Order: sequence, then C-alpha cells, then structure tokens
Amino acid sequence: MEQFKRRDFLKVAGAATALSLAGCAGMGASKGRVVVIGAGFGGATAAHYIRMWDPGIEVVMVDRETGFTSCPMSNLVIGGHRKIEETQRSYDGLRRLGVRVVNDDAVAVDAAKRVVRLARGGDLSYDRLIVSPGIDFMYDQIGGYAAAMQSRRVVHAWKAGPQTVELRAQLERIADGGVYLIAIPPAPYRCPPGPYERISQVASYFKVAKPRSKILALDANPDVTSKGPLFKKAWADLYPGMIEYRGQARVVAVDGAAMSVRTEFDTIKGDVLNVIPPHRAGEIAVKAGLITHNDRWCDVDWRSCESKVAKNVHVLGDATLSAPGMPKSGHMANQQAKVCAAAVIAMINGQAPNPSPVVTNTCYSYVSSSEVVHVASVHQWDSGQSTLIPVKGAGGVSSARNELEGKFAWAWAQNIWADMFG
Amino acid sequence: MKLCTMIAVAAACATPLAAAADDRMVARSLVATCANCHGTDGRSVGGMEPLAGMPKADLIRKMDEFRSGAKPATIMHQLAKGYTDQQIEVLGNYFSALPAKR
Repeated sequence: MEQFKRRDFLKVAGAATALSLAGCAGMGASKGRVVVIGAGFGGATAAHYIRMWDPGIEVVMVDRETGFTSCPMSNLVIGGHRKIEETQRSYDGLRRLGVRVVNDDAVAVDAAKRVVRLARGGDLSYDRLIVSPGIDFMYDQIGGYAAAMQSRRVVHAWKAGPQTVELRAQLERIADGGVYLIAIPPAPYRCPPGPYERISQVASYFKVAKPRSKILALDANPDVTSKGPLFKKAWADLYPGMIEYRGQARVVAVDGAAMSVRTEFDTIKGDVLNVIPPHRAGEIAVKAGLITHNDRWCDVDWRSCESKVAKNVHVLGDATLSAPGMPKSGHMANQQAKVCAAAVIAMINGQAPNPSPVVTNTCYSYVSSSEVVHVASVHQWDSGQSTLIPVKGAGGVSSARNELEGKFAWAWAQNIWADMFG
Repeated sequence: MKLCTMIAVAAACATPLAAAADDRMVARSLVATCANCHGTDGRSVGGMEPLAGMPKADLIRKMDEFRSGAKPATIMHQLAKGYTDQQIEVLGNYFSALPAKR
C-alpha cells in the first residue's frame, strides 16, 4: 500500500516536470520558469524586474525568512536613531506582481536535472536559476566563536535581524565606562564602509548616553578600507578620545566566559564583543558547486551574471567574485540583478543579452545621527578585459560630511527598497 | 513518459544562438541603473528627483551641467561622468517618453 502510494506520487511528479517543460517550449501559459534563491537586494530585485519586464515568465522566489530586514540602515538601529521596523519590508508587492514566494530553505541544486531541493521537501524545477544567497560566515577561522555566539557572548550583527536587536540591547545594558569592541574581518567582506559606520553610530550613542565609554576597533585590514580620511575626521571632530582604532589587528579567537578576544599578539577584554568573522558565499552556493575562487566566491560572466561553472545558473550579489573595484554592497547587488534579469529574459526569449552592461554603486554612511559621507562609482563593460571596470574620472567620495546627504541616504533606502519589492 | 519527447521539448528550451540584443532591452537596462535612487522607471517614492516624464533636453542639459560642475551636486557630478553622451541620449529618450505617473 505504502509503496503503491509512492509510485503514484512519482507518476504525478513526472507529469508535473513534463508540464513545466512544455510550458517552456511555448505550449503552455508560461514561457519558462525562473527560480530565485534569496530575497535580498539581489534576489528580490531580479524577481521584480523579470515579472515587470516579461510577465510571460513564471518566477518562484525561495527564502528562509518571511520578510526582509535591510543591512543598509541597520547601523542606525544599533545607534538608536531608527527602529528596526523602519528597515523591514514584506514580500507582498512581489506577490502582487505574480511572484510565487516559497518560505523554505533551498538545500541542494541538481544543475543537470535543473531542480532545486527544499528543506521541507519538494523540488522546484527551473529553466534558469538565480542564486543570490548573500554571505555566510567562516566561523572556524575564529577559535571559540560558535560556542560564544550560542551563549550570546559575541555577536556579528552582520546579517540584519535578531542580532541587530541583540547588539543594540547589549549596548543599552553596559555601564557608562564600558568598552564596545568591534573586530573587522579581512577584505573582501560585505559592505566595505559598514564597520566604520557602525563605529560612528555606537560613538553617537555613547556621546549622549554613556560619555565615559570607549570603543576599540580591531581591524584585520592594514587601515580603514573605505572613506578612511572622512571617517577619521568625523571620529576626531565628533567623538574625540572615544575611539581607539588598530589596523593590522586580526582577531583569531574569542573567549565568551572571559569576555575577551585574542589577536596574534594580545588578549583584549570588552563589555560588548562585536566580532565579525570572515565571509564566503552563502552555503547554497557551496552545495550547488558554484564556488570558483579561494573556496569562497563564485565567478560569473558580468554580461548575464551566469556562473562560469554551471549552465543555466546565475549568481548575484555578495556571493560573487567581485570585478575590479566592485564592492559587495546592496546597491551593487540590485544593479547586478537588473543586468541578470534582462539577460535571463533575453535568453528565454531566444535573444542575445545586452553586450555592454553598465552598473553603478553608491554607499552612504552615517557618521552621526544626521550627517553622511558617500562613495560612488560607475562600472562599464570593457570588452578587452571581458569584465566590468570602473570608469576613470567618474565616481568619488563626499567632499565633507554633511546633513543634505543624510536626507538623501534615507531617501535612497526608501527608493531602493521599493525598487526591490515593488 | 516517452524519453524522446522529453528530450525534444528540452531541446526547444535551450537558448538558440540568438540574434542581436534588442535595443529596447538595452535602453531599459540603462534606465534601471538610475532606479536605486530615483525610483523604478524614474518614479521616485520621495526624497529624490523623479525622472519619468522629464523632457529630453532638460535631462541632457542637467547631466552636462553636472559633468562640467555648473550645477552644484553632492553625488551626481561624480555619477554623470560615468555615462557616455550616447547613453545619456538613450536615457533622455526613455524618460521623456514615460508618463510621470503610472
């Protein structure tokens, strides 16, 4: 009886597969099915733009979360200037555009059969797959990390959500005079200016609420990796004597019981330990065999974001091997997603992708509750080098921190979240 | 299931060695590079200048003034320099043809 049922199920599953293929060939309602793994800046934008530009294509978006929490602007939550609810969006706009949202974890990809396996069971077949999983952390690179994180003695807060709220709560709990310790991972990591914005945000909170508190920044990099002079000037002007910054200081171990971290030279104590481990592409990229470089990143053709190692599979965002001068940022992932969406539509319709894509980047960082500094760039396709290259003479940073860009930064967030979710 | 049928259908799905890229697709892809700040299709949800419906001559003039420094800016003087004249022309054509409101 049990066996009979299973066979029955297989028959139905087989018919379903055949149906989706028939749809792809133009005999059904849909021209083809695109499965998107990840509903962040890359995945949500890709889902939005494919449905907007070609409603004849079926889009299924898979994410383990039931809603979106933004990493950009999350430092303002940590600084106490915004509530986390202000940085969250629902998937309903995408549903209204006809995106089928599946709340599950993608656990495997069979690129030969073109099937994504879900944790709760069931497979999703696809004509083209878009993998936009963001980053995962290399916890094993920092001794003691997993255990200390389990007991909430250390947080990364480098994926916005519960850890963002936890870090804010820890900052509120410590006494005036307590030490906030942040450890910055070696580049490349998600959001190059992010750690320095976070230092600024914690300082803005301490300045008002805990003026005797100190910030100790241990950076695995030789120096501040983005907008260095602007951040250092803001720290000196606005928070004199509060921030101690050490470059070339890589944290190799965490002791949650002793509330200390160890670098190659020292053991250092803190009252809040915000240690951000080194990154690699999200786990599903590893399981799908998409990693091409240093066991960490996925190389793609930037004209389509198609994987260099898996046909019909595209990779977006922080998980990719960045082109020269290309940061791992939400803005960049959103831009890549539009290149990818256009290419996927072209390929499904039997056309060639755009031969010369363009992407831009802007990263705004709040150095206080209201003042911002930016870095911007424009990247054009270079056929000689077969990659996207920053345009010389374009892009740059703010001339000085200013409040006007503080308003633009918040408006940027509203517009890019709308560009992701409709 | 007839295996040969499946293979035939699967072959129909494979990307043909296609014709040239579609100009409309190239144009809307370029326009999409502005959307992060100025809103999807240039329809800003607030706090940024909308671009949908902007007359072509205005858009080209503004971009020229950003590039020359004649128009003060926080960031557009840096971004405008990243686009070619021909790309700005494409942006002008596209945005001017869009209604300001959907």
